Amino acid sequence: MSMAVATGTAASVPSRVAQTETMRGWLRSDGRKGIRNTVVVAYLVECAHHVAREIAIPFREHDVHVIGFPGCYPNPYAERMMERLCTHPNVGAVLLISLGCESFNKYALEKKVRDSGRPVKTIVIQAAGGTRKSMAEGRAFVAEQRAALDEASTVEMDPSELIIGTVCGGSDGTSGISGNPAAGRAFDQFVEEGAACIFEETGELIGCEHIMAARAVTPELGAILEASVAKAARYYATLGYGSFAAGNAEGGLTTIEEKSMGAYAKSGASAISGLIKPGDVPPHGGLYLLDVVPDGDVRFGFPNINDNAEIAELIACGSHAVLFVTGRGSVVGSAISPVVKICANPETYRRMEDDMDVDAGRIIEGRASLDAVGREIHDLVIDLARGKRTKSEELAHQEFVLGYKSFEPIGPACLPV
Amino acid sequence: MPNPLPDLATVAGATDGRLLLLFEGDNVLVARTRIRAGETLFVAGAEVTLAADLPLGHKLARRPIAAGQKIVKYGAPIGTATESIAIGTPVHVHNVRSDYTPTYHLMDADKPGAGA
Repeated sequence: MSMAVATGTAASVPSRVAQTETMRGWLRSDGRKGIRNTVVVAYLVECAHHVAREIAIPFREHDVHVIGFPGCYPNPYAERMMERLCTHPNVGAVLLISLGCESFNKYALEKKVRDSGRPVKTIVIQAAGGTRKSMAEGRAFVAEQRAALDEASTVEMDPSELIIGTVCGGSDGTSGISGNPAAGRAFDQFVEEGAACIFEETGELIGCEHIMAARAVTPELGAILEASVAKAARYYATLGYGSFAAGNAEGGLTTIEEKSMGAYAKSGASAISGLIKPGDVPPHGGLYLLDVVPDGDVRFGFPNINDNAEIAELIACGSHAVLFVTGRGSVVGSAISPVVKICANPETYRRMEDDMDVDAGRIIEGRASLDAVGREIHDLVIDLARGKRTKSEELAHQEFVLGYKSFEPIGPACLPV
Repeated sequence: MPNPLPDLATVAGATDGRLLLLFEGDNVLVARTRIRAGETLFVAGAEVTLAADLPLGHKLARRPIAAGQKIVKYGAPIGTATESIAIGTPVHVHNVRSDYTPTYHLMDADKPGAGA
């Protein structure tokens, strides 16, 4: 099954840049630079998922990632997400896998990817003659693209060119004390350097809306930030659950407000430059709130069914890397962009060290300062553009989730500067 | 947030080092490590013996909290006490409710002292 190995393309971890002194990236035609050069295999309906996965399996440790959309009914949000993900700066080539009868507009997606200058191919399973033939055709394309990308040259990159997302998952009573504020310090440093930083999950900012609004660069934006949290509170109230899992309570969190106060700390102390929605790329450096809760009536269920759906949205907004703060101990990574796992809880870190990039629990035990851990997180992200890999990358975690949503486009007051 | 009590840091030996005060106006303290049942703690000058384990990250009342009073952590309200809470006793889902959406939890797992 090791076609890639047999053809020599995956012999000696070729998709990894050698450790370099400076940040290096792959320059894309839109001017953005990627810190990874991934081949994406994207299924366009669940019925094509198995074929996509089988195509990628021999290459799974060599930057070939599977993403996709399971639905057979059309959805503009999902199509936009797929377009943004397939043209993400960390992506170098794209293989689309269609069953053939699904509603997803494969023609439009293929054109967008081709227009972005990336090699792209669509395999329609029904036309190709079924599973086996599609797999062979797909693996040949991936092997060819992987070999070409491994030869691609890099250019110098600056921290100001980065977009960094942050998310928390498996939160507990330590998250808001160590991991989240340390991620916030890293965000402050990145914003200072001109990078764009994105925090999210308005459903986990319930109770913080007023203090958050006061940080907006204009009063109009402040009102928009408050309205986004009010929308989330309404949405979750209709669903009957907050953005709160049973394990949060087990870990010492009592209410959504308490979880929110802790989660809010991830945003750091910078002024908030704008509100964006999934797929919107920050226009310049600064701190942005990603509004992940759909607009209008509750239509498709929970805004994000799990952490990975949020990570996918941060990446669709251009995030080169995602800071993931966990207390209970999440193990996930993601397709396309590296996930940096920051463990807030020192007991969890000792139990799950193999999955964690940063031991922020040292703050609680008095073994490190918030500033020191913040700097460590910042420097680790820089190192990701100098050849370093995260724990979840080394473990080949490539989780990906995309569901149905609907959004209205953002208005001009959302991005005032 | 008005603070009727003196800053704990200024009261020598007032509170155990295993408990963390996040903001001066808070009426809860956070465990920096798991504290075992039967251990004695000093909470704002009061001597308290734990009835059950207090896991890392869980909360104790820093002062007596009346039913209906806000629970204050990070200097902000995080819910309302559903019963009166004695100083030094656990503050969690059994005696606090959200002012927004009810907290979903697995009943057997959320008892203070249970879980990993």
